[in-house]
Amino acid sequence: MVLSRTTTESNEPVSSTFGSRYALTALPKYEIGESSIPKDAAYQIIKDELMLDGNPRLNLASFVTTWMEPECDKLIMDSINKNYVDMDEYPVTTELQNRCVNMIARLFNAPLGDTETAMGVGTVGSSEAIMLAGLAFKRNWQNKRKAEGKTYDKPNIVTGANVQVCWEKFARYFEVELKEIKLSEGYYVMDDPEKAVEMVDENTICVAAILGSTLTGEFEDVKRLNDLLVKKNDATGWNTPIHVDAASGGFIAPFIYPELEWDFRLPLVKSINVSGHKYGLVYAGIGWVVWRTQHDLPDELIFHINYLGADQPTFTLNFSMGSSQIIAQYYQLIRLGFEGYKNVMENCRENMLVLKEGIEKTERFNIVSKDVGVPLVAFSLKGQSFHSEFEISEMLRRFGWIVPAYTMPADAEHITVLRVVIREDFSRTLAERLVADILKVLHELDTLPSKISRKMGAEDFGNVKGKKVKREKLMEVIVGWRKFVKDRKKMNGVC
Amino acid sequence: MVLSHAASDSDVSVHSTFASRYVRTSLPRFRMPENSIPKEAAYQIINDELMLDGNPRLNLASFVTTWMEPECDKLIMASINKNYVDMDEYPVTTELQNRCVNMIAHLFNAPLGETETAVGVGTVGSSEAIMLAGLAFKRKWQNKRKAEGKPFDKPNIVTGANVQVCWEKFARYFEVELKEVKLREGYYVMDPEQAVEMVDENTICVAAILGSTLNGEFEDVKLLNDLLVLKNKETGLDIPIHVDAASGGFIAPFLYPELEWDFRLPQVKSINVSGHKYGLVYAGIGWVVWRNKEDLPDELIFHINYLGADQPTFTLNFSKGSSQVIAQYYQLIRLGHEGYRNVMENCRENMIVLREGLEKTGRFSIVSKDEGIPLVAFSLKDNSSHTEFEISEMLRRYGWIVPAYTMPANAEHITVLRVVIREDFSRTLAERLVMDIEKVMHELDELPSRVIHKISLGEVKSEDNGDNMVVTVKKSDIEKPIEIINVKKSDKPIFC
Repeated sequence: MVLSRTTTESNEPVSSTFGSRYALTALPKYEIGESSIPKDAAYQIIKDELMLDGNPRLNLASFVTTWMEPECDKLIMDSINKNYVDMDEYPVTTELQNRCVNMIARLFNAPLGDTETAMGVGTVGSSEAIMLAGLAFKRNWQNKRKAEGKTYDKPNIVTGANVQVCWEKFARYFEVELKEIKLSEGYYVMDDPEKAVEMVDENTICVAAILGSTLTGEFEDVKRLNDLLVKKNDATGWNTPIHVDAASGGFIAPFIYPELEWDFRLPLVKSINVSGHKYGLVYAGIGWVVWRTQHDLPDELIFHINYLGADQPTFTLNFSMGSSQIIAQYYQLIRLGFEGYKNVMENCRENMLVLKEGIEKTERFNIVSKDVGVPLVAFSLKGQSFHSEFEISEMLRRFGWIVPAYTMPADAEHITVLRVVIREDFSRTLAERLVADILKVLHELDTLPSKISRKMGAEDFGNVKGKKVKREKLMEVIVGWRKFVKDRKKMNGVC
Repeated sequence: MVLSHAASDSDVSVHSTFASRYVRTSLPRFRMPENSIPKEAAYQIINDELMLDGNPRLNLASFVTTWMEPECDKLIMASINKNYVDMDEYPVTTELQNRCVNMIAHLFNAPLGETETAVGVGTVGSSEAIMLAGLAFKRKWQNKRKAEGKPFDKPNIVTGANVQVCWEKFARYFEVELKEVKLREGYYVMDPEQAVEMVDENTICVAAILGSTLNGEFEDVKLLNDLLVLKNKETGLDIPIHVDAASGGFIAPFLYPELEWDFRLPQVKSINVSGHKYGLVYAGIGWVVWRNKEDLPDELIFHINYLGADQPTFTLNFSKGSSQVIAQYYQLIRLGHEGYRNVMENCRENMIVLREGLEKTGRFSIVSKDEGIPLVAFSLKDNSSHTEFEISEMLRRYGWIVPAYTMPANAEHITVLRVVIREDFSRTLAERLVMDIEKVMHELDELPSRVIHKISLGEVKSEDNGDNMVVTVKKSDIEKPIEIINVKKSDKPIFC
């Protein structure tokens, strides 16, 4: 029996997905197509294109969680059609959010009574959380200045140059000046809190400290900042507060460094943000911001609205959003508890040490990150090499690993680092495999000096902005060739 | 063989979920628990509590999509661990976002060349989209005023009092004055003439809404455009328009293609639409498109060295899931023009079925129009003995969530019930809803005692006014629902 072409075109359910005409036609990319296509075809086409995306779990560039337990996946799917902002319709989901806020506030030692409710909110990520915290500081400061009869049109915020981009966004969009302390080699966090406190003036709405720098994972010395700022406040009467950006560190420090004082135990810390989707162990799309007390969040910023028939107080930038991540965060908090989070963070730290030691053993790298902080390993090539970290990053891609290389910000731009973030799902086996692959890459690069001389001819030395003299470059080429020739001789016997 | 208690405490896997000790202990609500619990227990406990949430599909209050095809659900789950902002790591997902932006820009007739890329971005919802559009207008206006040497510290935005709260948020957080055109009874959208009158040199833009939250009406953007062009000529200003098409953006092009409201009108410089309303995607995706590059000041765009690659970014949020972007692309290619048109026509048909059913009861006046968002807003013809709020409460018992709310200034004495017709609200459900509303009316007719009971409790003040007893409930906050009840002294016996 032969199925002719004309019947198969109209008899859609018969043709298999890849046998249908949909696999032949190019889908419109800039305009919506005129007709519908069967759902299986749509599904398959999109799925196939997405195969060419990177594998999220091998994305060692990101802090954001890439694996959750299947039970949690079930909860997420079940609640994917719930709009979080419909508080009246979904009271339990709203209640779960409130519980999370309370748990996190107490995790950060907010000065609350046993049954007192904490001030805080769930957000889409730390960006939104920081904007809300910044807005609260700005408004508080403006009100104070108005009451004193002083000018309030030039607010500023003091922070290190290692801040994540959302602080710069906040400054630009909300018209606050960003006073950044420049970094210096060897000191990649907000330099010496003393410099920060020096920069504080009467227009400073707050000082932002980072617990877990994006670049090297280090924790800033918030206690020292607090103590210095207390002294300055006493002298000037300005009462400048601190905000701690604990996007990464907020779910690490309380579990493996509990004696480290960085949170509400310090009197000048008025608000803290943390990313639920980093070490809170939830998929992308959830952050939290908590305030010390009600007074730190000006009431005029809170909206009471008559939305869909009920009174709702709201203080977020986003309105409608999915409920899945909130429920997932609650799941993690009760599923793991203190014990569970501690175990996960300790494992991460162990695996980080394994990776660090493996990389140190190659003797080709300097380790830039510290042991205390966010579990990541940042490393750069030793001495004057004629390969760049960017090449290593590119070659690792071939093995499937995504390891980013990037330059340090202003005042340390000549330093390039590779950074591997250790997440919950990065096991020891993977760490050992990564070291093995890095060794392979180095080996390959060592046998490729021709690439460098070509590059040197073009005066483009990867991104190492070395101000090298011609003679030095020449020496390196010679050294390289010698090594290459020596190795070649060694290999002859084996082939 | 007997399993002793000591062994079973540690051997958790033996117990069925509801036999284990975890369902006995109350979970801490304010503090993280000290110990871990098994994942099955965690799942079950949370799942059970969530049973007491409303059923999203019966939530007739919301415009936001509550159902998608299983194939799309699969794609969503598969991409749930992809962080959308990692453009370098997930180039295909980034490409899909760009395709969506281009498709939507073309849908709105943006004046683009054949291969010219549209200017736009995916956001978490229309709130973020509106804030970005507003920021662009504010910055553009500030730059223009600076160049002219005029003051730029008092920007304002003109809009109707029917705006959704995110405009008020934008105004408050970004320090822009909100000049609202008041509504009046019978006219629940922004009057273009009044709006243009309110425009001055400090106006950064006029915001028109395509699909008002209150009654689904489309504002007359064309009239606004024409009046604004005239005013611009007189004054030498160049006031632009932003169209908040959060709901209407995915309806008008399919049901009312000849309606001119988008980039076909020269003053319209940016449009936002909610992918999660009639874009037919779950909550968490919105889109904003600009007419062309000049309408988005370059200084607002950040180029960052994030995770090793150069990324231009103009959003408020940074990390977020990729699922909704992929789901939006799925819908755009799966349905195409034809599919969206079919869905919207079905919605409108079902809306008419519901409206006719309600009209037939003879108890309601319909406040919404047929043209616009497929929703039915209705109020009681006679709210002397019962209010719309009571109807809303009683419908809950049947499982339906139908909100009741008051109109904003200056029509606060009007209360309406509103049912939104989404893709998954079939005709059968519409007929069932009418039946249940009739049942509720029937029940309410037999309950005059409710108000009198409240009076005797001293909760409400009552004064005799001839045959009528006027009962007023004081409200301190104008935002809260207002209940003004007129009760006739009844001859009927009181049922308790």
